[in-house]
Amino acid sequence: AGLFVWRLRNTGVPQVPCRFVHLYRVANNRLITFQYFNFLKRMYVTQCNKDLSQRAKPKSDSVVSPFHELQQLDQEKKVVHKISPVSPETSSRNELREMKSAAETEDSVIPVGAESKEDRQWKEMRLRLDDLPGVLARLSKIKLTALVVSTTSAGFAMAPVPFELTCFLLASLGTGLASCAANSINQFFEVPFDSNMSRTKNRPLVRGQISPLLAVCFAASCGIPGIALLTLGVNPLTGALGAFNIFLYTCCYTPLKRMSIANTWVGAVVGAIPPMMGWTAATGSLDAGALLLGGILYSWQFPHFNALSWGLREDYSRGGYCMMSVTHPGLCRRVALRHCLALIGLSMVAPVLNITTWTFPIISLPINLYISYLGFRFYRDADRSSSRKLFFCSLWHLPMLLLVMLTCKKPALEKEDKGDLPGGSQETAMEIRLP
Amino acid sequence: MAAARVLRAGACRRRLLLSSASSSASSSASSASSSGGSRAAERGEWPDGAGLGFRPPAHSHSDWIGPPDQHSNLRPVIFYVPPEESALERRLREARQEAQASNQRFWARHNRAFRQEKEEFIYSRLKAKGLEMRDESGHKATLNAEEMADFYKDFLSKNLKKHLQYNRDWYKHNFRITFLMGQVALVRALRWLRWRKKNVEQ
Repeated sequence: AGLFVWRLRNTGVPQVPCRFVHLYRVANNRLITFQYFNFLKRMYVTQCNKDLSQRAKPKSDSVVSPFHELQQLDQEKKVVHKISPVSPETSSRNELREMKSAAETEDSVIPVGAESKEDRQWKEMRLRLDDLPGVLARLSKIKLTALVVSTTSAGFAMAPVPFELTCFLLASLGTGLASCAANSINQFFEVPFDSNMSRTKNRPLVRGQISPLLAVCFAASCGIPGIALLTLGVNPLTGALGAFNIFLYTCCYTPLKRMSIANTWVGAVVGAIPPMMGWTAATGSLDAGALLLGGILYSWQFPHFNALSWGLREDYSRGGYCMMSVTHPGLCRRVALRHCLALIGLSMVAPVLNITTWTFPIISLPINLYISYLGFRFYRDADRSSSRKLFFCSLWHLPMLLLVMLTCKKPALEKEDKGDLPGGSQETAMEIRLP
Repeated sequence: MAAARVLRAGACRRRLLLSSASSSASSSASSASSSGGSRAAERGEWPDGAGLGFRPPAHSHSDWIGPPDQHSNLRPVIFYVPPEESALERRLREARQEAQASNQRFWARHNRAFRQEKEEFIYSRLKAKGLEMRDESGHKATLNAEEMADFYKDFLSKNLKKHLQYNRDWYKHNFRITFLMGQVALVRALRWLRWRKKNVEQ
């Protein structure tokens, strides 16, 4: 093949050198050509996404491409014919045969080339088993699920009890399954709305890669074992929280998105529950530490989401979503700033509740101040660049805050010494603390 | 003459697919499909994409989904009509066709209204600022996001009631279709189990 490429270059055929490699696989070449245009289109969309703005212009059928493609196919045909006299000079007969068959398929392909671009966009609605994992991953928003599970793990790790691996794994798995179920149901409910927003138009149900029935069955087969795992394998409180969270997300947040701006506050609670679940999985009770962790996640949601929604106002308006950024822009920015400042306050409360040492508010102050500063800039400037800065800051702020919290966790020994049980010795303190 | 009449009748029967931009076309197509479906029409044959310009290959026994419509952004589906379609399966197919048509109508009209009102807003704002629709280089003049925010807020509040109604309809359609899918799947599974039992006994 290398030899052929060299010869191609020498004959001065004005082609991309690697095109020859694709002559053997005509279908692949067409696919690559098609993907080339797709890639360009994709670039356009991602560019818009990076700018956090989408334009609702009608999908114009570009007149250029069908002809362009025909041209390329023609050129390939020419190249094939040029090569065939060369080949006997070199080596294998199979290569000659392959080229001949390539030429034949070329001949048969050319007449169909005219409508194939449009036709190729039609896909058979048949689920293939090798596509299934990818489709289910996208259906369950696996990346978001992973983030949710990591907040649960953080909640578990922050709990003032000895670390139990099995409990930890069960809690993480159960939460992950519950999150998959909730995300699948959310996508099941939102198909026509997702089709109309650039950010979500490539979801599996929108593209018809999976049927609604299968999506619901998948959600049930994730949710029921997940909640059962949490209830039976961890403790009933965690299971109840998980079930409540699924209900809150699918039956409250999702419909509320199209009815009132209150959905943002409900969504913030949905985000706050997983770390609380991690805490209750470890300790079995909803005490102050759980509420504090939940509070931190709750407050974090606002700068994160409000900043994101600032750039999506057009899509939300057209799609019929009631978001603060569209209906109450001033409130949107105020709430974001308010909760950035609340994060500072909550970090101060952590040592008071004996969850972390006093180094935590000190070390976390710089990042909290920075996000508050960006929140203030967003509040004052109210433009796309400040909203983007705040959003991207929130993406690294939360993991870093949780990491600092973990490193500043109050060690167990110290806590027992400071136990406020009247006249309790070390042993009795330990007995009472264990669930 | 007779041949032409037969051709027309055949085309009417075959029109089992909907989803065209105009509501009239889709409503006529849906009426044609319901009548075509009741007549034991060309079962097992693919309908002619009713203006979509695509015909699935004859050997395929599944539905086909196309690129997003340019007005509604929804993807049209061509439904496969199996040769022995049971009453339940027909109800499912018709429910899906009806939902598709209703969604198409709503979103095409809604997006068109959005685009139109947006243009009018931009025009009125530019006029108030004393600018032209196109600047010196011939590009269309646009307003920035902050100026458009008033329009987005206004449009959303105007259409809220319409959206609430549509949400109710969409949820109803979605649940009904999924429930019918479940019934069809159950019936097929039972049939397959019975067939297997029969085979094993033999």
